[in-house]
Amino acid sequence: MDMNLTLKIWRQKNASDKGSMVDYKVSDISPDMSFLEMLDVLNEQLINNDEEPVAFDHDCREGICGMCSLYINGEAHGPDRGVTTCQLHMRMFKDGDTITIEPFRATAFPVVKDLIVDRSSFDRIQHAGGFISVNTSGNTIDANATPINKADADTAFEAATCIGCGACVASCKNSSAMLFVGAKVSQFALLPQGKVEATDRVLNMVKQMDDEGFGNCTNTGACEVECPKGISLENIARMNREYLAASLKG
Amino acid sequence: MSLDSKVPQGPIKDKWTDYKNHIDLVNPANKRNIDVIVVGTGLAGGSAAATLAELGYNVKVFCFQDSPRRAHSIAAQGGINAAKNYQGDGDSTYRLFYDTVKGGDYRSREANVYRLAEVSANIIDQCVAQGVPFAREYGGLLDNRSFGGVLVSRTFYAAGQTGQQLLLGAYSAMNRQIGRGKIKMYNRHEMLDVVKVDGKARGIITRNLITGEVERHSAHAVVLGTGGYGNVFFLSTNAMGSNVTAGWKAHKKGAYFANPCYTQIHPTCIPVSGDHQSKLTLMSESLRNDGRIWVPKHKKDVEAIKSGALKPRELAEDDRDYYLERRYPAFGNLVPRDVASRAAKERCDAGFGVNATGEAVFLDFASAIQRYGKETAHVKGLDENDAALVKKLGQEVIKNKYGNLFQMYEKIVDQDPYNTPMMIYPAVHYTMGGVWVDYNLMTTVPGLYCIGEANFSDHGANRLGASALMQGLADGYFVLPYTIGDYLSNDIRTGPISTDSKEFEEAEKEVRKQLEFFVTNKGSHSVDYFHKKLGKIMWNKVGMSRNVKGLTEAIAEIKALREEFWKEVKVPGTNEEYNEELAKAGRVADFLELGELFAKDALNREESCGGHFREDSVELDGEQKGEALRNDKDFAYVSAWEYKGEPSDAVLHKEELEFKDIELKQRSYK
Repeated sequence: MDMNLTLKIWRQKNASDKGSMVDYKVSDISPDMSFLEMLDVLNEQLINNDEEPVAFDHDCREGICGMCSLYINGEAHGPDRGVTTCQLHMRMFKDGDTITIEPFRATAFPVVKDLIVDRSSFDRIQHAGGFISVNTSGNTIDANATPINKADADTAFEAATCIGCGACVASCKNSSAMLFVGAKVSQFALLPQGKVEATDRVLNMVKQMDDEGFGNCTNTGACEVECPKGISLENIARMNREYLAASLKG
Repeated sequence: MSLDSKVPQGPIKDKWTDYKNHIDLVNPANKRNIDVIVVGTGLAGGSAAATLAELGYNVKVFCFQDSPRRAHSIAAQGGINAAKNYQGDGDSTYRLFYDTVKGGDYRSREANVYRLAEVSANIIDQCVAQGVPFAREYGGLLDNRSFGGVLVSRTFYAAGQTGQQLLLGAYSAMNRQIGRGKIKMYNRHEMLDVVKVDGKARGIITRNLITGEVERHSAHAVVLGTGGYGNVFFLSTNAMGSNVTAGWKAHKKGAYFANPCYTQIHPTCIPVSGDHQSKLTLMSESLRNDGRIWVPKHKKDVEAIKSGALKPRELAEDDRDYYLERRYPAFGNLVPRDVASRAAKERCDAGFGVNATGEAVFLDFASAIQRYGKETAHVKGLDENDAALVKKLGQEVIKNKYGNLFQMYEKIVDQDPYNTPMMIYPAVHYTMGGVWVDYNLMTTVPGLYCIGEANFSDHGANRLGASALMQGLADGYFVLPYTIGDYLSNDIRTGPISTDSKEFEEAEKEVRKQLEFFVTNKGSHSVDYFHKKLGKIMWNKVGMSRNVKGLTEAIAEIKALREEFWKEVKVPGTNEEYNEELAKAGRVADFLELGELFAKDALNREESCGGHFREDSVELDGEQKGEALRNDKDFAYVSAWEYKGEPSDAVLHKEELEFKDIELKQRSYK
């Protein structure tokens, strides 16, 4: 059955604007719509009424690019589990609901406009060490020259499925990015190719993470619950071990 | 201007090696004085940027997303082909080359495809060295799977997220160069024009999507890795932001646009659910390994299923039409994408579609669940006749193979595909056409290169599964970084390119003029209103099945829609802020021109080949009756269109295709 909804949406003109919550009504929302398609309906309505549409980030709309964000009714990517906002469907809501929509909030994610935040701090952490220093010329050893234990390869893959959306940071009371950083550190720590630079990698990435103003982990586990890709807390533990080992060496 | 593909002389297996041995190089000290612009950060753009920077060039990279990691290559699911022959099943460079040319329905350039097959093995070595976590076997070696249209297992994969893992590999290689200061990254910047100085591409004009600032950027060469144009259909599996603007602006500056009508319509996508739909979601081709496609045999059962009176699972085997198995006994459910898509449309047009819109067929895993369940019960020494147990065991096997896809389906459709067949329908997925390039991947504009899906080069009229990732990375890691040196070796004494020239000034003025027009036009309809209308015309008249009447109408309708767009488009807000509607307006303006050229190209090509199906070119009798009929005598050429103002004025140039190493044959999957 189609729904009529009240939306309370964070509107903020630009980074220096103070911003506030504004109420909107949308009607005849089909339960088969995705959450972002519901916002498309709102925006079409606003444009037709000569009002400014709500700015939000989105691109692939199939849960893999990590561009969409949104803090919906107090949860990153909304009430469903294991999905991004673009995969959240309106059948999770009911007629007459009021839905609160805010941007991901963190010191290291300043608001750009309305629901869009600047997550370039994530990129800068990756610049600091999220790679293996191998030339891309292709003059490397055969791909099967080094067998890798399947369990390690699978665990590395699971860590590598992080989409860099920032839900972990938005969900954390300390705005910690340790799940995001831990996932990348773990991916390489579990593979023989990554071991060569392990020491520098973890030290540099953690330093950059701290410099960007992200907080620390106090093991509440909210990040793991809200992560659309189910990245495990074990990755934080592994990063801590790597960090300790690297610090003792350094 | 005549088209010179610059394919080197000599036997096909030696061409690339000999060519590399003889092209001009730029010495490392001189590379530091040369700037290269790369637009787009998908597999092609990202890998090219990283490699060019590593070679020593100064690289400036642009993407419209908030991070290079978001480019739509990230959404590729199934895998990447490489002629490694790790399985010892007879694979080779030649076989990959042959399969790709045949799969493309003999409309690609032999020399390019051979080179692609040749460098494919190296891609896997490279990616593993970068830490890409491909799927492995228990012995620790890499695993392979099989894809449509081939007889070997050459597809490397990382669950259903191969594109993501490869893209993050290229992203990490870029990050290393950004950290070293060799790449300057511009996120949330959209390229709005190419700047030519003395006939050569020397820079681009961009708009900062956050501030609205229009900027000039210069370089000695410009590389476009900006993806495909499937969004001309509005609904496609592309990302919302995927667009043709970079390629189209290049076209308007003199780059020929090749084979625009070659579009891949992927058979297994989640059907449209209503007018609110913003995009379509792919269900990987790998599902056709285990799923059987069917519709009811009788109309009364179609109606009963639609009304909910009959559950699909309850319909007797004899009352089902497994139409792919019926029509193509040899390949069955694993016919190539173009064939499977047309067959689904044929059944739905005949009134056998199984959902409310009549545009869906079933993809059923019941027999696979049975088969796997019995097998597992046997291995474990359990009762093979216990139906509930067999079903449970079978479902577990399916979950291991396709779990993430089943979960995606369930979230979107709200039905459990383990217990009821999936509903699927074809959707626009990939564009084989694109900017024309020569063997060096250079367009008809000197110094302007085009790589990945954005160019036309390697897939002919139909792309095989798991070949897009291969081409993107081959172009970026292993081809362009060499071939561009041949051109740049003439620029070692040029010095920095100034942006204070009249050429930059004029290009910037034009860009500003268009932006200003949009925000002051105050028309009566939103950008999406026009985009959706364009999509409907394209899908209905330039889609899976094309005829002269429909194409002629489409050309007139698109032209009329374009005129209305320029009168009535409404863009709220200003240029000096984040304004998504403004960005979209520019993209749709270009789609409205491309769409017409697309239809014109389809009208010109009076044959059926690959993804391009003309109703007036089919086999009339014999075993192949009703199947696509290619015309090699008159159409074995690449259509390269030159811009002359209106799309209707575009001039056709033909690059004749020569097949020296592969015999031209009609494809048969019977």
